[in-house]
Amino acid sequence: MRELSLHILDIIENSRRANSDLIKIEILEKPDSDLLKIIIEDNGSGISEEKLEQIDDPFITSRTTRDVGLGISLFKSAAESCGGGLDIKSKISEGTKVEVDFEYNHIDRAPLGDITTTLSNFIAANGEEVDIVYQHQYKDKTFSFDSREIKTELDDVSIQSRQVTAWIREYIGENLEEIRGGEAF
Amino acid sequence: MKSLSELKELRNKVQKEMKKRDQGTRAEIIVGMGTCGIAAGARDILKAVLAEVEKRDLDVRVTQTGCIGMCEKEPLIDVKLPGKEKITYGNLSKADVQKIISEHVVNGNVVKDLVIARH
Repeated sequence: MRELSLHILDIIENSRRANSDLIKIEILEKPDSDLLKIIIEDNGSGISEEKLEQIDDPFITSRTTRDVGLGISLFKSAAESCGGGLDIKSKISEGTKVEVDFEYNHIDRAPLGDITTTLSNFIAANGEEVDIVYQHQYKDKTFSFDSREIKTELDDVSIQSRQVTAWIREYIGENLEEIRGGEAF
Repeated sequence: MKSLSELKELRNKVQKEMKKRDQGTRAEIIVGMGTCGIAAGARDILKAVLAEVEKRDLDVRVTQTGCIGMCEKEPLIDVKLPGKEKITYGNLSKADVQKIISEHVVNGNVVKDLVIARH
């Protein structure tokens, strides 16, 4: 994957298929301490211990038991080739937490990429069933987003109606630009 | 800078529009969003679908699905018009998305050269 935000999209797609109705995404960018951390936590069906042990092996995950696929192993190898790693914890019927870190300034680290599209697309296609809590820290500035807050304001209007998703896309985009001081991803 | 307080105004606007629309007869577009789809560019395809729906002000339900086993034909989308068979299109570019929406979703004519399956 050319962007880390595509890996994130892939992981939250797993969460969606595991029947999560709340996904928390946290991104921590600390260029000064050479750290980029991505945490994704869901309340979906979880993964058994047995499967968790095999999760980094792309050839063991079989199609028929495909609640986890190639995605985790791709993300893990991306992190490991950048001096970081991927850690996954899960409990059946409680949820799954994926924690990934990278050396921020590693030459092989893919850019974070278009996180705004990753999030706004996901909400546009699944927002009624799945809530997203997103927190993004860049240096000492933080942006927080919670789709549940949006829903409170919207009353009976769907969060998936196209005017609302267009608004959300701009809202996330503007705020990310703000905390990153206009710096490119 | 946008703030959450704008949402009330947006809500009132959408509510007014909703009343004008005929419910329950919506077309559906489903985008394949498995690892295979994402790697082949499905995120941009979904973005193009949403942009086209917005631009044309269509009342379409846009959703996503996981890998459907046709990884080599990703990115792909399904189009389901009310009362019609579901059509799967594959190997798509953004330009194909515009074509599918204008010809199939709006005018009801299947774009035959892009079809990979009918259900």
